Amino acid sequence: MRLVDIKKDWKKNKSVYFLAIPIVIYFLIWHYAPIVGLLLGFEEYSPRGGITGSEWIGVKNFIDFFKSYYFGRLIKNTLILSIFSIVINFPAPIILALLLNELENKIFKKVIQTISYIPHFISTVVICGIVIDFLGYDGAFTSILLNMGLIKERQDLLALKSAFRPIFVLSGTWQGIGYGSIIYLAALSSVDQELYEAAKIDGAGRWRQTLHITLPSILPTIIIMFILTMGNLLNVSMEKIILLYRPVTYDVADVISSFVYRRGLQEGAYGYSTAVGIFNSIVNMALMFTTNAISAKYSETSLF
Amino acid sequence: MKIKETPSRIVFRIINTILMLILAFICLLPLWHVLMASFSNPTVLSQNTGVVFWPLSSPGHPATLKGYQLVLRNVGLARGYANTIFYVGVGTLLCLFFVSIAAYCMSRRKTLFMKYLVVLLMVTMFFNGGLIPTYYVNKTLGIVNTRWVMIAMGLIGVFYVIILKTSFQQLPASLEESAQLDGAGHMTVLLKIILPLSKATLAVIALFFAVGKWNEYLTAIIYLNNRALYPLQCYLREMLVDSSGNQEIAISGDADTYNEDFKKLLQYSTIIYATLPILAIYPFVQKYFVKGVMIGSIKG
Repeated sequence: MRLVDIKKDWKKNKSVYFLAIPIVIYFLIWHYAPIVGLLLGFEEYSPRGGITGSEWIGVKNFIDFFKSYYFGRLIKNTLILSIFSIVINFPAPIILALLLNELENKIFKKVIQTISYIPHFISTVVICGIVIDFLGYDGAFTSILLNMGLIKERQDLLALKSAFRPIFVLSGTWQGIGYGSIIYLAALSSVDQELYEAAKIDGAGRWRQTLHITLPSILPTIIIMFILTMGNLLNVSMEKIILLYRPVTYDVADVISSFVYRRGLQEGAYGYSTAVGIFNSIVNMALMFTTNAISAKYSETSLF
Repeated sequence: MKIKETPSRIVFRIINTILMLILAFICLLPLWHVLMASFSNPTVLSQNTGVVFWPLSSPGHPATLKGYQLVLRNVGLARGYANTIFYVGVGTLLCLFFVSIAAYCMSRRKTLFMKYLVVLLMVTMFFNGGLIPTYYVNKTLGIVNTRWVMIAMGLIGVFYVIILKTSFQQLPASLEESAQLDGAGHMTVLLKIILPLSKATLAVIALFFAVGKWNEYLTAIIYLNNRALYPLQCYLREMLVDSSGNQEIAISGDADTYNEDFKKLLQYSTIIYATLPILAIYPFVQKYFVKGVMIGSIKG
């Protein structure tokens, strides 16, 4: 790139560059400045010193976290909720999409789809409010479980340690199964119909068509979605957690993000909780790249 | 060509249809329960423990609209509603404005440096400072606990910019070139030619953004202490989820008329009151959401 070219470009496109200024400023302030702010994780933060004047303590915050009682608990809870969510909530929309795809009445299919997306549009606060109401001491779902003999006595299920994880994961299924299926339905609709005709002539039944044509056709979509999911393995969102957990269930419900929120914002430990956040991002990044690399090697589908 | 169906195929279709009906039932049941309960008699409702399929009443205790009357009188909720409308309205307009500008800049192919703008934005999809550093930046700017922070956070979604940029690039280049020959500046080209031709994509972005903003509560509880600035979702949180004593204040709407009997009824009525706008527009806009996911999946 020669100086002459730059000058010519500037003269011609000056106004476009001016237009871009607010965008660049927005991203520098709200996206790049916080990245610089990660330095807080290596400091003993004091309100008076701020980010530039606080004492530099290297990786002490990280070591404190690794040694603390919370480290094991948070990793365990985050991983269990995350893996449990993936095992159930990752395949659920795929299965739904396959079943919807088998419906021959187009209007019926449309109606079921439209209904199944609705929970996605209800706010998290309302969802959690409904969950708390349904599973409370005299909640409707508690009554159903009682009548079916699945629980012995009436109790507030959200105060029950053993119930928290199923509640969290299954309410997530309810929220996401319909909306999650859209992307797979899109992939299914672009499968070449001639493949099915050819398979029929070869005498393949419906089940074998699904196994040998449908699934391989949508596999790339499934793999991409899976890589993205793996990149968020440790990002169990605190959105629902902090609405549903209580001090009695912290033992099974507290995850990294909710811990950062409590420690950092409610107790003001900026340095320490930033370090915890950094640890979280590094693990996520590593998981995503690993999954991507494995997938690139064995399936030739990859994100990068 | 109609092939005779095998018995196993027929069995599968019946089971599949039943499964889908069960799914639809489960998706709707909680909402139906809330809707019907919101018209119930408060006394009967407070003793009920099962699913409410129809407004509850008993002799001498008729079904009622009392819940909605009280909700409409609740000062906190009204304020929350007004705040949310402000955040959604101003946020959506600014979002569309900045996303359009960003997408326009990026779609200028004949510039030397705009490709770096794409990189600048894309990088933030993978790296971010996380909760505390972002909070620290906002605190340094002095916008914590103001309306500005609610508008600024998440205003320019990179994903939206990319979707819009792709849609801009699909327009024929000759259109703008001829306009530029006629002496039209960038703003004129953007506002008069490109944006009107990208209405469908803009609508999808506006809908995603507005619904997300309407439902958002996390930004507010992180950055706002002042209850007067709370969006609707924060009042909802106090009424439905909070068990720390704020609940009674929120439910009674700052008045001192809290009545335990009315608690459930008010919670249900509030849910409907707060979700009504979403449910009302849902049937008309859901196809745009489906479209949005599709665009996203192709470009992503």
